[in-house]
Amino acid sequence: MLKDLFSKKKKYATIPSEQAKQDVPEGIMTKCPKCKKIMYTKELVKNLRVCISCGYHHPMSAPERIACLLDEGTFCEYDRHLLSKNPLDFPQYMEKIEEDREKTKLNEAVVTGEGTINGFPVVVAVMDSRFRMGSMGSVVGEKIARAIERAMEKSVPFIIFTASGGARMQEGVLSLMQMAKTSAALKLFSEQGGLIISVMTHPTTGGVSASFASLGDYNFAEPGALIGFAGRRVIEQTVREELPDDFQTAEFLLKHGQLDAVIPRHELKDTLTNILDIHQARGEDEWRTS
Amino acid sequence: MAYELEFEKPLVELRKKISELKEFTKHRDVDFSDEINKLEARLEKLEHDIYANLSPWDRVQIARHPNRPTTLDYIERLFTNFFECHGDRCFGDDEAIVGGIAKYHGLPVTVIGHQRGKDTKENIRRNFGMPHPEGYRKALRLMKQAEKFGRPIICFIDTKGAYPGKAAEERGQSEAIARNLFEMAGLTVPVVCIVIGEGGSGGALALGVGNYVHMLENSTYSVISPEGAAAILWKDASLAKKAAETMKITAKDLKELGVIDEIVPEVRGGAHRNVDEQAKYIDDVLQRSLRQLLPLSAEQLIAQRYEKYKQIGDFIESQQHVSVM
Repeated sequence: MLKDLFSKKKKYATIPSEQAKQDVPEGIMTKCPKCKKIMYTKELVKNLRVCISCGYHHPMSAPERIACLLDEGTFCEYDRHLLSKNPLDFPQYMEKIEEDREKTKLNEAVVTGEGTINGFPVVVAVMDSRFRMGSMGSVVGEKIARAIERAMEKSVPFIIFTASGGARMQEGVLSLMQMAKTSAALKLFSEQGGLIISVMTHPTTGGVSASFASLGDYNFAEPGALIGFAGRRVIEQTVREELPDDFQTAEFLLKHGQLDAVIPRHELKDTLTNILDIHQARGEDEWRTS
Repeated sequence: MAYELEFEKPLVELRKKISELKEFTKHRDVDFSDEINKLEARLEKLEHDIYANLSPWDRVQIARHPNRPTTLDYIERLFTNFFECHGDRCFGDDEAIVGGIAKYHGLPVTVIGHQRGKDTKENIRRNFGMPHPEGYRKALRLMKQAEKFGRPIICFIDTKGAYPGKAAEERGQSEAIARNLFEMAGLTVPVVCIVIGEGGSGGALALGVGNYVHMLENSTYSVISPEGAAAILWKDASLAKKAAETMKITAKDLKELGVIDEIVPEVRGGAHRNVDEQAKYIDDVLQRSLRQLLPLSAEQLIAQRYEKYKQIGDFIESQQHVSVM
């Protein structure tokens, strides 16, 4: 038939084989999910895990974050001994926790402790998304609340780095209540005049964004970080509306008044130092006495 | 100078003549130095006469000068360690108001101010320095933060007014301004406000309830723009000049009315002539104000602020009761 003469040639899509996927050896090389460039992991780590070609901020583990932020040798960790239970007898919960503990060498999804940033003493809590996606269960809530209490006792600023999918489903309502526990601790600390700085990193969603992550005197975020309450898919299905591309990114939040600033990882230590410096109020005495 | 004001025309002409003469002597073998000296002396005298006798309308023109220094120009010169904070944590970040934390001669402070743009592009981004409710709410958030940490607050006022628009009304422009007046009255830390350009009505006052309010010599502060007043009173916006003369909007008038505390002198011809020098004049008054306020307790600060505003107003307390009952 004549029609056949004009028929389109079928186009074939290439499906990456399992073999191709494994071409990049685990660990040695890392592929940037944004610009797809493949680079040495070593090089990436050296650049604070910021993509060398496109500036994409790869997730950082809690120990890495602490190493690059606090002055060398000053970090003293709190509460390594707290371990999760299985309050709802959720199937396989303990096994999964065990696995993540093995994988990350952490007791839970947050590392807390004290140290100094360019000489300024601080208490920090750093979440680690490798551990159950940084979800907040009883141990995460308790560790954060205890860290805030320590900051209160010592009268030093409290800095939290969030990276979390939200509340931990396997602990049910107990995990929901950790939102109230951590927020209440921050309220007491704030009433005492304590300085709270929140740095939201990719991703900060659900119950974590709806509690301590948003309660800083200064709320910062890393470029491109996903931050929001309800997930994009949930919203799209509920409201049946196409959402903008930059929806729930750090930049989107800045535009909508939720953040004080979006701070690239390389500038973070300097920015925090400046803010801590202003709050230390040195040089103020000269004003009060004269 | 690219942008000249109406009353400066004689000066501009004279300056042109002098430079022409100078140019001329460079290339020829004649000596006009006597002539040049004479003209320069005349220029000096003319400048003095003109700038010493500025009419309110002339001052309106200076206050609106496109090169007039803005909040960020002064922040850069008066403060160190400035860190800008964005957003009202509610709806948006209004760039018509800038605010943040900084150090002032070593003292931690919060600085907030209206911000105009330097060119059309920036002016569109900053909405010509006319804030929406989220701008005022950001300012209030920063003031509350300053209060928590016991930092004095410094406000620079420079706006034609709060933005009159649909979106602004929907989000509660009135409530945002009212809330600021209400909350500023109760702040437990020193508040010093300085009108650096135009002080346009409620939009200016929403950053202007302070322990001290100072005004640059050529800035204005009024309930409405001269154009607006003329339109309402005489149904003719072109009578703005007349309105400017009658409405008492200059620093001198406001000082007499007891609305402001001090007039900050300006560089001759206006702040835009020498921003560094102007910043020094502001520095002087700001230091004095803060030194007076820092020893006061929270209660004293609130009482002093209330007294200040309680004093303002003009009326007769008559013996006679006027009543329709």
